[in-house]
This record gives sequence, C-alpha cells and structure tokens, in this order.
Amino acid sequence: MAITVQIPTALRRHTAGVSSIACAATNLGELFSVLDEKFPALKPHLRDEAGQLRRFLNIYVNEEDIRFLGGPGYAFQDGDEVLLVPSIAGG
Amino acid sequence: MGRFFGPLVLSYSLSQKASSPMAQYELRCRECGRSWGNQPRSICDECFSPLEITYDYDSIQASISEGTFSRERIAQRPPNMWRYSELLPLPEGFEPRLPVGFTPLLHAPTLAARLAGSQNDAKAAAQNLYIKNDAVCLPTLSFKDRVVAVALAQAKAFGFDTVACSSTGNLANAVAAHAARLGLKAWIFIPSDLEPAKILGTQVFGANVVRIAGNYDQVNRLCSQIAEERRWGFVNVNLRPYYAEGSKTVGFEIAEQLGWRLPDNVVVPMAGGSLIVKIKKAFDELSKLGLVEEKPVKFFGAQATGCSPISTAVKTGSSEIDPQKPATIARSLAIGNPADGHYAIKTIKHSGGWSEDVSDPEVIDSIRLLAETEGIFTETAGGVTVGSAGKLYRQDRILPEETTVLCITGNGLKTTDVLAGVFEVERPIAPKLAEFEKYLSETLDTIEAAKEIPATVGA
Repeated sequence: MAITVQIPTALRRHTAGVSSIACAATNLGELFSVLDEKFPALKPHLRDEAGQLRRFLNIYVNEEDIRFLGGPGYAFQDGDEVLLVPSIAGG
Repeated sequence: MGRFFGPLVLSYSLSQKASSPMAQYELRCRECGRSWGNQPRSICDECFSPLEITYDYDSIQASISEGTFSRERIAQRPPNMWRYSELLPLPEGFEPRLPVGFTPLLHAPTLAARLAGSQNDAKAAAQNLYIKNDAVCLPTLSFKDRVVAVALAQAKAFGFDTVACSSTGNLANAVAAHAARLGLKAWIFIPSDLEPAKILGTQVFGANVVRIAGNYDQVNRLCSQIAEERRWGFVNVNLRPYYAEGSKTVGFEIAEQLGWRLPDNVVVPMAGGSLIVKIKKAFDELSKLGLVEEKPVKFFGAQATGCSPISTAVKTGSSEIDPQKPATIARSLAIGNPADGHYAIKTIKHSGGWSEDVSDPEVIDSIRLLAETEGIFTETAGGVTVGSAGKLYRQDRILPEETTVLCITGNGLKTTDVLAGVFEVERPIAPKLAEFEKYLSETLDTIEAAKEIPATVGA
C-alpha cells in the first residue's frame, strides 16, 4: 500500500525543496512519524509544543477535509493523496 | 516597530485636497507574534497561523493630538471609507478611485417593534434599534466593496497585474468591478451553484469566472493551491490581511454615525467570521485612540442553521470549529470551515454576546419583514441577521433599552431567486376605471383575509 503526500511551498524550506513523497503510512499518526524521520526540521511546524496538530494546519485526503472522513483516525487507502494546507483563508 | 513601508502619504482625489498622514503598519503573526513586514502573504511560515495588520498607534495618536485626525477633521472629509485612512493599511501615494462605504445608519423603529416582545418592549426597542445598511454600499451593493478596495490598493502596490478570489458571490462582484476600474485582470472562482444574479454581476465586468463543481470550502482550498503556483493577487488568500482590514470601516462608521459613541450590541452575519472580529478591532482602536469613550459592546453572530459552524461552537461552549457541509439558501454565508471561526468565537464569548441561527424559511420571512417594515431589501444574509436578532430579543439576550445595530451586508436584488414563487404574478386588467374598481374591491378582500394569518417572524 502506498499514499502520496503533497508538501506545500511554505514547508519546502524544511524538506530541502521536496514537494511530495510516497510512503506506506496507514493513518495520520504514522504519516507524521514518517515525516519526522525524513524531515526532522518539519516537526515543530506541524505540531505545537504539546504535540497537537497545529490549529491552522488543514489535512485533506483526495480533496476532502480529513475531519469529514472521521478525523485523525481515518485509515488511509491505497493511492490516497494527502494534502497539507496551511491556514485556509477565504471568507 | 520593525520594518515598515512608510512614512506614507495619501493624496485624496476623491476626497479633500490636503494630504493626510498615513499610519505605519506591518504584518504580524496573530499567534506567535513574528513580524513579516509588508508583503503578499496571509500565513506565518513558523506556525501557520493567520497574519494580522499591526499599526504604529503612537504615530496615529500623534496625528490626533496635532488635530489632523480628530473627530472634527474626520467629519470634514468626504463621506466614504477613505475618511479613516489613518487606520487602514494603504500604500504610499494611494489615490482612491471609488467612493466606497459610508452607508446609511438607519433608525429602525417599525422593525424594532416587531422584533421586541411586549408593547412596552416594542416602544423601548423602537428608540434603540439601527440598521447599518451596506445593501447600498458602492459600487456592487455589499460590504465586500470595502475589503476589496483595500486589497486592490495593495495589489497595485505589490505589482500584481491579475487579481483573483474564491467567492460566495458578493466578493466576486466586488473584485470584478474594482479590477475593471483599476485596469487589472480578474479571475474569480465560485461554487457552481451560485445565484445567477451574482454570476452575471461578475461576468458583466469582464472578469474570468471559473465555476467549480464543489462547495465554497473546496473552491477555497483550490485557490490556496493556485495562489502558490501563480503570481496573482488573491484578495482573500495572499492579500487577506490587508483585505480584512477594510471591514473595520463598518465599525468606524457605526461609531461616528451614532455621534462618536459605541452601541451596546452589534448583530453581525458570519461566513468566514472575519467581519465580526474586525468590527471589534475597529471599536477597540477608536477607544484606544480616545475617539470614542470605551465601553463594553456585546457581539452577536448570526448564521443560517444549514451552515452554522460558529453558532454551533458558541452554543456548545467549544472554542474550536467543527466544519460542516453547507446546506442553506444563504449561499453568501455558506462557509463550512470558516477561516476566522476561532477568532469569531473568542470575540463573541469575551464580549458576553451569543450566536443564533435561523432556518431557510425564517430567512425568507425575515427578508420580507425588513423590507415591509423599513423599506430595505436585503439578500439572504440580511434575512439571517434579522431573523437571528428576533431570536436574541425574544431570549432577552438583547434588551429593548440597549442601543443595537444590525449589520445588513448585501442587497436583495442579488438573491431574488430565493423569493421565486413567494409572490403571485398579478393578472393584467383592462385599462378601464370599472375594471380597476372591481380589481380593487377583490384585492382589499384578499388583504383582509390575509391579516387573519399570523406572521411567523417577529411576532
């Protein structure tokens, strides 16, 4: 099983310019572990001091907000494309 | 303060001849406080929180002391939002080309009498209820003209030749019109189910309209991605901190039009949640600068029940937004994941206010109620505000003797589709006096019969 993770421009200075990676994470927790290992500098930007997902970071799976898919517990499916979108603006 | 563009000078072509000193300002992260100078960006790269414009209030205070930004001096300026330029993030040399804002603040005694409960309450409320009527804001008949005016001033300064936005309709109209006026190209992204009048009212200005098969939140997410790829000025993405400041002018005007005093309560429709937060910022700035006497103001939010993430959070005591899939006729408020939801909740709770929401039938009844009582034809968002205000009066959260302002943010001519079928198309009569007398007699009978049907809103 493989999923793809798209890294937004704002974060790429912490990933040496890498814009997407493929990995075998089965849920959000595992995905963060993969990102922590691969890009240690990214960690404090994704989670706050208490280890919680930062309030203004949005996670989308195949264009759907992960909160509509059951939240952080959602089990990734083979081929899922995960988007990290900082602070959706609009309004 | 840190890095600024400035000191800045605004020369009024639409306004007075004399130049006015401008405030110095910069972007700051709302959460971690990091300074970002002035640039087209809306988020902090450190913590992904939204950026906010911070001003050098000492220099503004100095302008007040010198008398160049006093109440009297402001009152002498032309009646548009640029009279508060010292408190707006405008670029050096900016010359306004449209007289946006300074919409009427109307006393609303007949509506008040209907919204309040008993006869005594009705009498008191009639003295104290006001409508801030942005249904007649120029040039596109919604409060979005205010935010776009500021955003496009910065778009020009940052050198963009193309501006863009995600929109639930009113913003689309405003960006398209202002861009046409300023000679900028415009790309407008909208949910495909938007009201026909709002689509037409965008296309007519020559803007490129992209209909997305999805809801506003999906359009918005897409725009966040496009903004990373193209050098366009997205008014509500990379220009958002500047754009949002334009909303403050609603608050400045309310205070000035009340005779330089703050109201007790404000009822504000909420989509992204920015307007209510910015009206509070406006009141705070006026108080801090001594232009009004400081006093507690309660902030009340209004949403449609079919898209009420902020209202739901307030009612359940949550400080966070649980996003919703919108299902309401109030499409201009149909944002299920509001960008400023967290801050709107905070503003409402800290002020001692509340949030209410109304069903779609209540929205329609409320549009009619406002039109029939005060002669103001508002769009669905205005129906949401009036309907919610009625609930707040009935819950005694708003008291009749308190000065209360309802913010009407858009024009009913843009959402006439929701009233389809509400009114019958009258049959034509022959051009004969006898025909008219017969018609009149029949019509009066019908009106008498209708009086026996109780009203559902404001009763």
